[in-house]
Amino acid sequence: MIKKRIIPVLLLKNMGLYKGIHFKNYVYIGDPINAVKIFNDMDVDELVFLDIECSQKKGTIDLNFVKNLAEECFMPFSVGGGIDSLDKASQIFKAGAEKVILNTKAVENPDLISQISKNYGSQSVVVSIDVKKNWLGKYCLYVYSGGKQVNCNLIEWVRKAEQLGAGEILLNSIDQDGTMKGYDINLINWVAKEVKIPVIACGGAGHVRDFKSAIDAGADACAAGSMFVFHGPRKGILINYPEKSELNNLFKQ
Amino acid sequence: MNKNIVIIDYGLGNIESIKYKLELFGYYVSLSNSAEIILKADLLILPGVGHFAKGMENLKNSGLIETLNTAVLELKKPIIGICLGMQLMTSFSEEGNVHGLNWVEAITQKFNFSDNTLKIPNVGWRSINIMKESEYFENIMDTQEFYFTHSYYINCYNKEDILAQTIYGHPFTSVFQKNNILGVQFHPEKSHKSGFRVLLNFVEKNL
Repeated sequence: MIKKRIIPVLLLKNMGLYKGIHFKNYVYIGDPINAVKIFNDMDVDELVFLDIECSQKKGTIDLNFVKNLAEECFMPFSVGGGIDSLDKASQIFKAGAEKVILNTKAVENPDLISQISKNYGSQSVVVSIDVKKNWLGKYCLYVYSGGKQVNCNLIEWVRKAEQLGAGEILLNSIDQDGTMKGYDINLINWVAKEVKIPVIACGGAGHVRDFKSAIDAGADACAAGSMFVFHGPRKGILINYPEKSELNNLFKQ
Repeated sequence: MNKNIVIIDYGLGNIESIKYKLELFGYYVSLSNSAEIILKADLLILPGVGHFAKGMENLKNSGLIETLNTAVLELKKPIIGICLGMQLMTSFSEEGNVHGLNWVEAITQKFNFSDNTLKIPNVGWRSINIMKESEYFENIMDTQEFYFTHSYYINCYNKEDILAQTIYGHPFTSVFQKNNILGVQFHPEKSHKSGFRVLLNFVEKNL
């Protein structure tokens, strides 16, 4: 089996690191640059940084902060948060990020995906999709950090994002987020078979075996938040990442 | 005297990250698209994240093609191309169907394989198989993993130019060298300590 990426997702509010449950009740974790230094020593595959306040505050992730990340990160990283133009994406690439992550702004202006993709290649554009089940169990798309539901067909949106030049889909389950009870396997399975581009599963991972289930369901990479910043049943704050041998064993199975 | 490393700034790519990291090791690094500065450089880095045709267009529009040809082919300045930077060194790319710098007998092709479990772009940590010993692989293990992110790969016609191959659907050239020109498909600046080692080896052996 080809090696899959295991990606910590770090959420930012006002340059601090936070983690919540179901996209709510955020608790402060610590300083993101400190976290990067620890993740460097752990040879982490990749990092994702999402500024979760940008879409609501109509701002963009801080460029100097992205530069600081680029100075520290010895691994690839992508950033998201209010990126609403090719120009802003350009600045973020120049600052040192590998990829930009679009969510709300891509839904509002799908053309942005193709603009960035045409200039920087599809591998540099990740479209992030926040999904929540409604009371009928139907998967619905959300924007503004889970704050607003979009009336659209989820699969059509994923296909459109791919057609427009997205290189990856970051698929977040709001229902599973922060629960550490495992990914929404049905969601992963449903979305991954609709697209050729890699799907990164996100939301719910609590154990390395969850990665295996997501990959078996069609995910090309696994992302997690809580699992990499909390430790133990009382959720003490501890930046952590599985040992290389543990992951290698997982992918051998 | 301080040696001068110049990262070619043609408007594409995450160029700052390479600069920061070389500076950590005490090198003097500048970003430039000026012919004067490039022709005075001791070592060049051609970075790149992006679309091939756009990359060539930007090089052309900044009048850099002639400068680079002089610096690399005539003055024989050591140059490392990273990711798209490596691909631009080939003669032609299927990404936009345009000609490249034509410094190495190779073309840039789109991944095309029957294995539908493999996604395109190829994103992730892949190992390299060293095909030819090189001082640039000092302290690098065969099968060492590096970070790749690309939808196109280079196909080298001259087997002697291939330093390492990587398999994704099929083998492709992940590192080539032709005289003073080195190309790496992976991101050495984003591949932990071993990746950075390759970049440092190139710098140390040439300065």
